[in-house]
Amino acid sequence: MNLRLPFAVLVCLRYLREGRMQTVLILAGVTGGVAVIIFLTTLIGQLQISIIDKTLGSQAHIVLRPPQAINRTTLPTDSTAAIVQPRAQRLRSIDQWEAMAELAGQTRDVTAVSPILSGAGFAVRAEANQPIALLGVNAERYQRIVQISRYLKLGRFDVSEANTVVGTELAKDLGVGLGDKIRLVTVDGRNDLLTIVGIFDIGNRDLNRRWVFTSIKMAQTLLDLPGGITQIDLRVGSLFDAETTARQLQAQTGLTAESWMQTNAQLLTALKSQSVSNNLIRFFVTLIVAVGIASVLVVSVVQKQKEIGILRAMGASPRRVMSIFLLQGGLYGLVGSVLGSALSLGLLQFFSRLTGNADGTSLFTPALDPMVVAGACGLAMVVGLLAAALPARRAARLDPVQAIRI
Amino acid sequence: MANIVELQSVHKSYGLGTPVVTEVLHGISLTVAEGEFSALTGPSGSGKSTLLNLIGLLEKPTDGQLRINGQDIAGLDDAAITTLRGRTIGFIFQFHHLLPGFSALENVMMPAIIDRGWPTLEAKDSALALLKQVGLADAAHKRPSELSGGMQQRVAIARALSLSPRLILADEPTGNLDTQSANDIFELLASVNRERQSACLIVTHDPGLAARCQRRIHMVDGRLVTPPAPTQFA
Repeated sequence: MNLRLPFAVLVCLRYLREGRMQTVLILAGVTGGVAVIIFLTTLIGQLQISIIDKTLGSQAHIVLRPPQAINRTTLPTDSTAAIVQPRAQRLRSIDQWEAMAELAGQTRDVTAVSPILSGAGFAVRAEANQPIALLGVNAERYQRIVQISRYLKLGRFDVSEANTVVGTELAKDLGVGLGDKIRLVTVDGRNDLLTIVGIFDIGNRDLNRRWVFTSIKMAQTLLDLPGGITQIDLRVGSLFDAETTARQLQAQTGLTAESWMQTNAQLLTALKSQSVSNNLIRFFVTLIVAVGIASVLVVSVVQKQKEIGILRAMGASPRRVMSIFLLQGGLYGLVGSVLGSALSLGLLQFFSRLTGNADGTSLFTPALDPMVVAGACGLAMVVGLLAAALPARRAARLDPVQAIRI
Repeated sequence: MANIVELQSVHKSYGLGTPVVTEVLHGISLTVAEGEFSALTGPSGSGKSTLLNLIGLLEKPTDGQLRINGQDIAGLDDAAITTLRGRTIGFIFQFHHLLPGFSALENVMMPAIIDRGWPTLEAKDSALALLKQVGLADAAHKRPSELSGGMQQRVAIARALSLSPRLILADEPTGNLDTQSANDIFELLASVNRERQSACLIVTHDPGLAARCQRRIHMVDGRLVTPPAPTQFA
């Protein structure tokens, strides 16, 4: 007998040892439950981060554009009808874009600002030509929005002077490589010859075929928009507050502000559905674990009725009797959560080997988030204690005379 | 000599508040002096066990006054009653009622563990001494299931003595044993009474054993009556 263990712990441990099979089975249940919760939370959390990361890897969190040009009726007030045709949107610069960019930069949660001039054009080399999206950027500022250097296959992201950076698909279509020259032509015939200094693969074939980066100055010349830019890309600190920030900026600047949450509404719905499913699974697993612990302890209290009566006759207070069963519930939770954490790590490592991305990298990192583990362990212990509360109360309320007679 | 137990017009009824009220004890007045060795006898259903449970503070009287070790239990809350029971009274049941998951030694230590909150070396030494006194020093680490009926009852007696109680209540301690074992257990209780001066109140159906006690308390239909001649009660 361990001489340091308090009465309730001593009796609780002995009861657990006596009911070895029950203990093993319920521990297996709690372990499985905790492992499923940690595994699912980690897996879905990582996959969601990965999907968002991949989606937003080539996107700004918020894009500010000039307001849409619209036709207004100028009819007298007593007229009854008018047909107003929507107006074609020509390429327009953001009015006072430098002040707007500065204002956006001072907005709470905005972490990076990059003015961009984008317009349509063609990339021409010899007989071949491809339609492109011409993006005039400040390389340093744009890198804070989209880390193009991460995606570079060859060369560097340098758009100074007559340098350009193109995607792998466009390079393939035009049959060009690093150091080769291509001619960029816009719809009104303005053109210039640029040198390819970098080739990127952003993970999206369409963008690899269409995006062509130049300096803002070069784009302004080619698109005939001297001193102008057409959009301001922003990056924010808290991703899921992007829509709120966008609405705030739209109200402040009068520009059209579009957040990634609007642009990727379907993705967001899918992520939310996934989170709801995950929460439902976690809820039901928790419920099953709680019912499992409660039922085992209810049976245990019935089995131990006589012993509880004897302990009460020997001077054990109802509170002490209660603590024996509460401790059992708490221990099921504690030991189950430790074993469950280890099992979930094993599951993560196993599944990370089975699944993988197209590029051969793992779909998720088989590592446990301490916060998730702490949360799951805390939940398991609370559930263990709560599930034990009813049987423990029943045990404490047993009439010793009746209990001994049984 | 002071009284360890005092009952004054004690009534006990069951089913109060229901249409069927059963009065089991009808105004019992009784005293048990310290160190007294008494037998409580009476036919089945006469209220012996109920009286023992009241004196053992496992139940409360419906009416009347009950004083244990000089304390009126009407003024005590449940926690105080639990403490008084643990420290003053030792129980011996007919079916030993040892804790099956604990060794003989641990069973004997249990009242001390409950009283102090955790096991102590002192409690262990005291329990070993008690086991030695009841002749079971070699069986200290055996589980109850490994012991004979007589040995189990000896462990139960050692357990009842764990906190040196001033009152030992035994509910048919020999009822489940063969004659030899029953005699041994009785002798053991008698020696404990002599050596420790603990009052013993023993419920028994055995006229022979009752006749060997200092005092016989006889009950019929929930009332105390004059004990019949030794051969007549059962």
